[in-house]
Amino acid sequence: MNTVADLRHTASATRLPVADDFPILARPVHGRRLAYLDNGATTQKPNAVIEAEARFYRESNANIHRGVHWLSQHATELYDDARATVQRFIGAARADEIVFTRGTTEAINLVANTWGRKQLTAGDEILITTLEHHSNIVPWQMLCEQTGAVLKVAPVNEIGEVELAGFDALLSPRTRLVAITHISNALGTINPVAEMVEHAHAVGAVVLVDGAQAVAHQAVDVQALGCDFYAFSGHKLYGPTGIGVLYGRAELLAAMPPWQGGGDMIRTVSFERSTYAEAPQRFEAGTPNIAGAVALAAAIDYVQALGMKRIVAHEHALLEHATAALRAIPGLRMVGTAANKAGILSFMIEHIHPHDLGTILDSEGVAIRAGHHCAMPLMTRFGIPGTARASLAIYNDETDIAALVTAIEKAQALFGTRKKA
Amino acid sequence: MSAMDGNLRELYQEVIFDHNRQPRNFHEMPEADHHADGHNPLCGDQLTVYLRINNDVIEDVSFVGHGCAISTASASLMTEAVKGKTVAEVEALFKDFHALLTDTPPERDFGKLAVLTGVREFPARVKCATLAWHTLHNALIGDHTPAQTE
Repeated sequence: MNTVADLRHTASATRLPVADDFPILARPVHGRRLAYLDNGATTQKPNAVIEAEARFYRESNANIHRGVHWLSQHATELYDDARATVQRFIGAARADEIVFTRGTTEAINLVANTWGRKQLTAGDEILITTLEHHSNIVPWQMLCEQTGAVLKVAPVNEIGEVELAGFDALLSPRTRLVAITHISNALGTINPVAEMVEHAHAVGAVVLVDGAQAVAHQAVDVQALGCDFYAFSGHKLYGPTGIGVLYGRAELLAAMPPWQGGGDMIRTVSFERSTYAEAPQRFEAGTPNIAGAVALAAAIDYVQALGMKRIVAHEHALLEHATAALRAIPGLRMVGTAANKAGILSFMIEHIHPHDLGTILDSEGVAIRAGHHCAMPLMTRFGIPGTARASLAIYNDETDIAALVTAIEKAQALFGTRKKA
Repeated sequence: MSAMDGNLRELYQEVIFDHNRQPRNFHEMPEADHHADGHNPLCGDQLTVYLRINNDVIEDVSFVGHGCAISTASASLMTEAVKGKTVAEVEALFKDFHALLTDTPPERDFGKLAVLTGVREFPARVKCATLAWHTLHNALIGDHTPAQTE
């Protein structure tokens, strides 16, 4: 068994040479080297993304889909190219299956307010899992209030996995929609999405996958997964905030009524009646986040140039390393130890509340998340108010994990709860 | 020692640890004539404050709940600080205590509450230190919606 000290000196076999691409990582925090381990909340941005957004405003800015002037056509092309980049990135069959939104939350709300309001009636069931983020719970609760549909929740086991048997037991012909997270933001559990989709389709349900924590950390192919909707945010994928994606199968999008009304989503407008544009424009009322879409495409290009295989290998190795390093700390308990797990480490330290821990870690330049991670029902399931969460990204390495371990030991020393290994 | 380490030691003084480990007046009070719940949705801290008031004087006060060291210690210290004071004195103390953490501290003797002065350097933790006081305030005015600090 490795001791923490040994692990600290393990050669860096898992470092990707990318930290220099992220200018913010050179910024000291409280006079310390920043160990940014809050990637589940948002990732930092590489120069390529920062430059792409700035370059759009410097060289290409105009509104899209309306001007006959050159700049407008140029901006429209960049926006359309961004849509095609997203399409290729997630393996969608067609570019018009990609709707730009503000983020995952808006994408899920869009489905609830269009597909959901049109399709669901009293007695229909929506099945989610205990792992869900509030953004994949609350829109469905609101939809249930509006339609009389019923929300069902598949349980998780002690290590934070949704077991297929428990999931299947809640599927029935009444199940109209299954909304599941690809990767748990709080625990890192990777759901067996392809199997869950298959089982859901077998009872005739439509499946939405919340991919907010997945797209930056593993290859996603929506056709291979078989899902009907897939939602994700740009800012957890090294892109800007305020831009996200809803993928929807073309035939579903075609049958969905619009949600927000306004410019760009119409075909004709008169005071008697308006007709609506085809998808995806029908769901993109108003001037969209054009620069955000362009910068998101730059983020995707950046990730793909690095290679998803390398990213997965790096983050997996670092997760193994970090898990061993944390487990070696007396008084530390991991929460969520699924067999199939992404780079998220949720833990509790005996006698130290996660918020106290967060403050002390911050004083060492170590940025983590402390709290319920917008997954209060999941915390309730485990009988805890919250956890401390370290979440990994491409630029993290063993130095960050060493800083995390040192800072936890400092917290234990300060609280007088440090025990010998 | 860095400035940050100094701030951290100011925040986590021995008195804080003591009151976190062994909170004073930490029990329910069936005979209470005032009580209120407090909740910090952002961090999950939850507590209930109980009061027994006689002739405008706080005869007894207690609390139960869970939270971080700052919030637990602050609640514990609060119960010690307000016992025996009049309602008006307590409300004035809350106002001054809040100013001590966020604003220009007024000239007064805060007694043991002064150990929470270190919170000033940690704006994200002010809500931890004030949750119990907001809850106490709600109990005094008979507001039964859970107190929040946001």
